[in-house]
Amino acid sequence: MRILIIEDDMETASYIKKGLEEAGHVVDHAYEGKEGLLLATTEEYDALVIDRMLPHMDGLTIVKTIRASDINTPALILSALGEVDDRVQGLKAGGDDYLTKPFAFSELMARLEALVRRVEVDAPATKLQVGDLELDLLSREVKRGGKVLELQPREFRLLEYLMRHHGQVVTRTMLLEKVWDYHFDPQTNVIDVHISRLRGKIDKGFEKNLLHTVRGAGYVLRS
Amino acid sequence: MALFTISVVVLLIFIYWSTAASIQRQTDETIEAEIQGLAERYDTDGLAGLSAQIAERLNRQQPGDSSLYLLTDQRLNPIVGNLSGWPNQQADETGWLDFRLGDDISGKVHTARGRVFRVRGRYHLLVGRNMYELEQTRKRIVNTLVWGSLIMFGFALLGGVMMNRSVTRRIDTINKASTEIMAGNLSKRIPSRGSGDEFDQLADHLNHMLDQIELLMDGVRRVSDNIAHDLRTPLARLRNRLETAREGGGNDEQRMELIDRAIQEADGLLQTFGALLRIARIEANNLQASFSDVDLGLVLQDVTDLYEPVAEQRNQKISVDAQSSVSIKGDRDLLFQALANLLDNAIKYSPPSSVIHAKLDNGEFTLCDSGPGIDESDHDKVFQRFYRADTSRSTAGSGLGLSLVQAVATVHKMKIELGDNKPGLCVTLRFATNPNQRS
Repeated sequence: MRILIIEDDMETASYIKKGLEEAGHVVDHAYEGKEGLLLATTEEYDALVIDRMLPHMDGLTIVKTIRASDINTPALILSALGEVDDRVQGLKAGGDDYLTKPFAFSELMARLEALVRRVEVDAPATKLQVGDLELDLLSREVKRGGKVLELQPREFRLLEYLMRHHGQVVTRTMLLEKVWDYHFDPQTNVIDVHISRLRGKIDKGFEKNLLHTVRGAGYVLRS
Repeated sequence: MALFTISVVVLLIFIYWSTAASIQRQTDETIEAEIQGLAERYDTDGLAGLSAQIAERLNRQQPGDSSLYLLTDQRLNPIVGNLSGWPNQQADETGWLDFRLGDDISGKVHTARGRVFRVRGRYHLLVGRNMYELEQTRKRIVNTLVWGSLIMFGFALLGGVMMNRSVTRRIDTINKASTEIMAGNLSKRIPSRGSGDEFDQLADHLNHMLDQIELLMDGVRRVSDNIAHDLRTPLARLRNRLETAREGGGNDEQRMELIDRAIQEADGLLQTFGALLRIARIEANNLQASFSDVDLGLVLQDVTDLYEPVAEQRNQKISVDAQSSVSIKGDRDLLFQALANLLDNAIKYSPPSSVIHAKLDNGEFTLCDSGPGIDESDHDKVFQRFYRADTSRSTAGSGLGLSLVQAVATVHKMKIELGDNKPGLCVTLRFATNPNQRS
């Protein structure tokens, strides 16, 4: 992927840049808003990482300007503020996701991949398939190896999200936000319980496990 | 001071007018009356009668008497009287005349005041008073008044200075105490004299304010103490793990395991700080501005949906008795957080195979578990940051869950009540629902 980082804080920027480059991505970096906007509008990127607080031009203005010139590159907004209101503002301005500093690199990585993938899979599909696991969005039926699995509505939505992002790491926070649609800090790892229940239904009794835990990061559904 | 001076001057003028001035008025009236009497006598008995009358009056005179009489003919030659000659001064148009008598033996100048009366056009009659004694009296009165007022001003000035000094002294006391407090001695208080005057009231109010500040400072200190204490343990564990990993020993997989656990520890720490910041932001920000209509029933449904598998793991059941739609003004995520924390606690502290009851209707949400409950004496403390009741020490948790619930409840103007479920704990949130809601 080719990624543009617009971030004035050197330390954060080099931390993200180093991580992304190690993961095999090409990274451009702008230290301030105007330069960032110029790069974002003239070059082709797969994703943008934009800090909210920037000298000369703030992150939200950049996103708005980019969107106004019909560039739909997925944008992830970084913020040190991080409360409900800020996130709403960020998404309203045209950001696709919002991440509060400080964050784990794995969280940023997972979200970026999800953003880029979303563009690819946004084409409406009625059926999702990962290995021998099939999910029918119309009949709301899940089958593995031809055998019908009984899933509760919430498990269905969880699996749907995992299947849409198969092969990518999804974090617990991402699942809470995207599947449950709430932004909050669980005191215990409730998501783990849901995952193990789902795992019991889709992997138990099958030779090959599809749902894997990625230590220190989250989960991945992989055939 | 100006007001005081004016009132004193007015008072002095009044005193002067009612004493010295009235003496002169009285003299004038007496002279007038005498002339009237003498004129009448002339009318009845002629010149002889008048002369006799004057002579008789002069005879009756005591040595200190000050009455003056002089009756003259047309050319001002004295006929009878105790004045040696007609005064040189001219009478004014009303007939009144101030004139000078000859000096007495001691050389003092005597003045007199009298009235001139023409008897039938032929005789001149002058009736007067030697004003010397009266003048002396008037002077004495004026002197007394002047000296009296000077002494009065003196005392007033002295009193003012003394009062001023006492005020300054008391302000000084307050200033000194304030300086000491500002220098860091927060337990210092402003002394009060116990007389209950305005200064004592001021001191009382300031002291009360200081008590409040000290209480808040204590709270802050306690919180930071707790933070330091509660975060040291995981930090120490984190350090130990990293150290063990560096020292080697064991294979790569074991080392990875150690590093993973170190990351977990760090995540826990980040989460604790996140919760602290969250509480601080909820308390500090004006979140009400961004509130919208939230269906609490829906939020409760989502919370139970999320936590149900957790309860199931412990063989617990969550029984929900909720009205279909309870709409309130609020923040959806924060309300979710609060309910999630409460349910999380209920699941954690309830014994396996028990039932957790959640009840929601208009204006009230209650969650009851059958865990160890919270001692009445701990009811206030459990909402403090990092406070953990003895019964919960062994259970995992940050000690911030209920503080967060409290912060969310406060910002939503909800009242939290803790009750006894015998055994167990009941947490009740009371709130106002949207008025436009259909019931």
